[in-house]
Amino acid sequence: MQRRHLWFWIFTGPFVIGLVVFSYVPLIWSLTLSFFDAHNTVTPKNFVGLANYAAVLKDPAFTASLGTFVLFTLFIVPATYALSLGLALLVHRQKFGRAFFQSVFFLPTACSYVVASLIWRLSIFNGVRFGLVNSVARAFGGSSVAWLSTTHPPLYWLVIVTVRLWLQAGFYMVLFLTGLTRMPTMLYEAAALDGAGPGWRSFRHITFPQLRTTSVAVLLLLTISAFQAFDEFYNLLSNSRGYPPYARPPLVYLYYAALGQGQDLGIGSAGAIVLALVIAVFTIVQARSFRLGEKHP
Amino acid sequence: MLSQWYHQYGEPGVQQAVKRYARAYQRARVSVQWRPGDYDQQIATALLTDVGPDVFESVGGTLDQIRAGQIVDLTDAIGSAAADFNQTVLATMTYRGKIYGIPQAIDMQLLYYRKSMLAAAGIHPPASLDELVAAARALTTPDVKGLFVGNDGGAGALGPTPLYAAGLELLTADGAVGFDDPSAAVTLGKLRTLYADQSLLLGAPLDWSNPAAFTQGLTAMQWSGLWALPHISKALGDDFGVLPFPPDGARGRPAAPIGAYCCMVSSRGRQIQAAKAYAKWLWVDRTDYQQDFALSYGLHLPARISLTLQENRLRTGMAAEAVRFATEHGWALPLRWTDRSRVALQDAMTRIIQDGADPAAELAGAVLTARAELDRVRG
Repeated sequence: MQRRHLWFWIFTGPFVIGLVVFSYVPLIWSLTLSFFDAHNTVTPKNFVGLANYAAVLKDPAFTASLGTFVLFTLFIVPATYALSLGLALLVHRQKFGRAFFQSVFFLPTACSYVVASLIWRLSIFNGVRFGLVNSVARAFGGSSVAWLSTTHPPLYWLVIVTVRLWLQAGFYMVLFLTGLTRMPTMLYEAAALDGAGPGWRSFRHITFPQLRTTSVAVLLLLTISAFQAFDEFYNLLSNSRGYPPYARPPLVYLYYAALGQGQDLGIGSAGAIVLALVIAVFTIVQARSFRLGEKHP
Repeated sequence: MLSQWYHQYGEPGVQQAVKRYARAYQRARVSVQWRPGDYDQQIATALLTDVGPDVFESVGGTLDQIRAGQIVDLTDAIGSAAADFNQTVLATMTYRGKIYGIPQAIDMQLLYYRKSMLAAAGIHPPASLDELVAAARALTTPDVKGLFVGNDGGAGALGPTPLYAAGLELLTADGAVGFDDPSAAVTLGKLRTLYADQSLLLGAPLDWSNPAAFTQGLTAMQWSGLWALPHISKALGDDFGVLPFPPDGARGRPAAPIGAYCCMVSSRGRQIQAAKAYAKWLWVDRTDYQQDFALSYGLHLPARISLTLQENRLRTGMAAEAVRFATEHGWALPLRWTDRSRVALQDAMTRIIQDGADPAAELAGAVLTARAELDRVRG
């Protein structure tokens, strides 16, 4: 029995230590900092109660960042879901070259967000006449467009969303392909006997419901990934003087408040706690609505 | 062993130069670290720990560092030489009569214009903001934009410069907000006109601090730094001129932002006295190194008035013009202008320029934030 305990701690010990040191301690420390005036210090002495929370909730930049995040999530999650499912269905039906297309669509997953964002910003969507998209537009008689600096209409969203779709769709396509491969073919045979041929009806009544487990996993992963959005926003829109007041998700806001020149770790921590609560509520609602954890027939 | 940090300078040769200076110091070994990336953030974080630098350079954002006791008072190190430093820049390092940083070299921003393009359009160099707006409009063609003030339309690069050009300032001498005035909204509204006219170059691969857009002919005029002058001169020969930001309104005056990386000493260092002695040796005593640092790698102005006056390279041509702008029209970010105030004004300007938001309402919000920050740092 003692030996089993020893082996348990040998295997789990490093992870537990890592979890405590890098997650729980910073979490508790951050919670503590959120009640102090912590300008340029991680060991503050000036207790301010809930003042940091009041300040962060009253700051229109923070509330706007929550709005940005909700808007981004509401768009990117269904869009990535639909695109990756569509790709999976197309690749799954391929008789020849399936492995090739699977690899081609999956490859962008290996690219870093930072590198992809720089290519999008400096090459594809730069605003001058030799930007890739602008060159094509000019060839067809259009004019150059400043994609990342145009707020009416908000063209910067096109740049932000396309880079994430390009990077993510292949990965989720593979998840859907796994789900499709596991699906029993006899269901389609039975449906064919009942008169439902391949196409929309069998997708609607067989493929889509059978992919439920995969869909729930994909939606949860996509939502979590949208919560963590930082890299492409920062690398597409920041400049040497900061970040514009639009398309600023909470993590970018907190980065500038707490870690930039502001170094207001009290406000940064209060914002992080508020954000954590929002994410917790979001996740619970999502889990409830997907009936996660319940047994399905 | 002292550890000294520099941000990554773009000009070739700076890294070798600063290492050479450090090697020449006899009284201690100095290890120079060249820090690419977001340097200000690296410094801010390093000052919270015991493993940060002993000596480092920094620009801006230092008031809270001073108040938190992270930076050592260098008043006695700089001593009587203080009077010889550019006073506008030195004031940004002075808090309650004590000096916390020794200016290394002065950078300034100015407006470059392409003489041939203006001549072809029959336009004189703009002498007012209205003339700048009109010139930018007239110089814009399908392939060339009239003016480049940064990919965000000017909120970041110009910052408060237009307010100074309107005869205002960020903070008054008695410590109040200095742009709570109707003329501020009028001036910033003209930046919106530049954007709405589509006279501005936006989305250039390299932003305003790099002269590439100007030398490649993407724009007829560009707001950039003095550091870009040697490169522009090499690329365009005599086909360019320089101007300060043009004045606006009845109380208007030309404006040229100046600033300096300053040498500071961390109070978390283990050898504070040795670090102070080294900072004094390098940036007060060794005027030959200061001269070399300012003028041999890109173009900067020496932080010492006496060095600027005796330097032949600054007596002729565009460099002489720049010295005149810095002396007559130079302004620097006040120490009490905190990062939160800066962000509030920059956000307001972005919304005015890009969204067409009401300048008066946006400025009122920035004034409120700046007042709250002044109250905070007064406490």
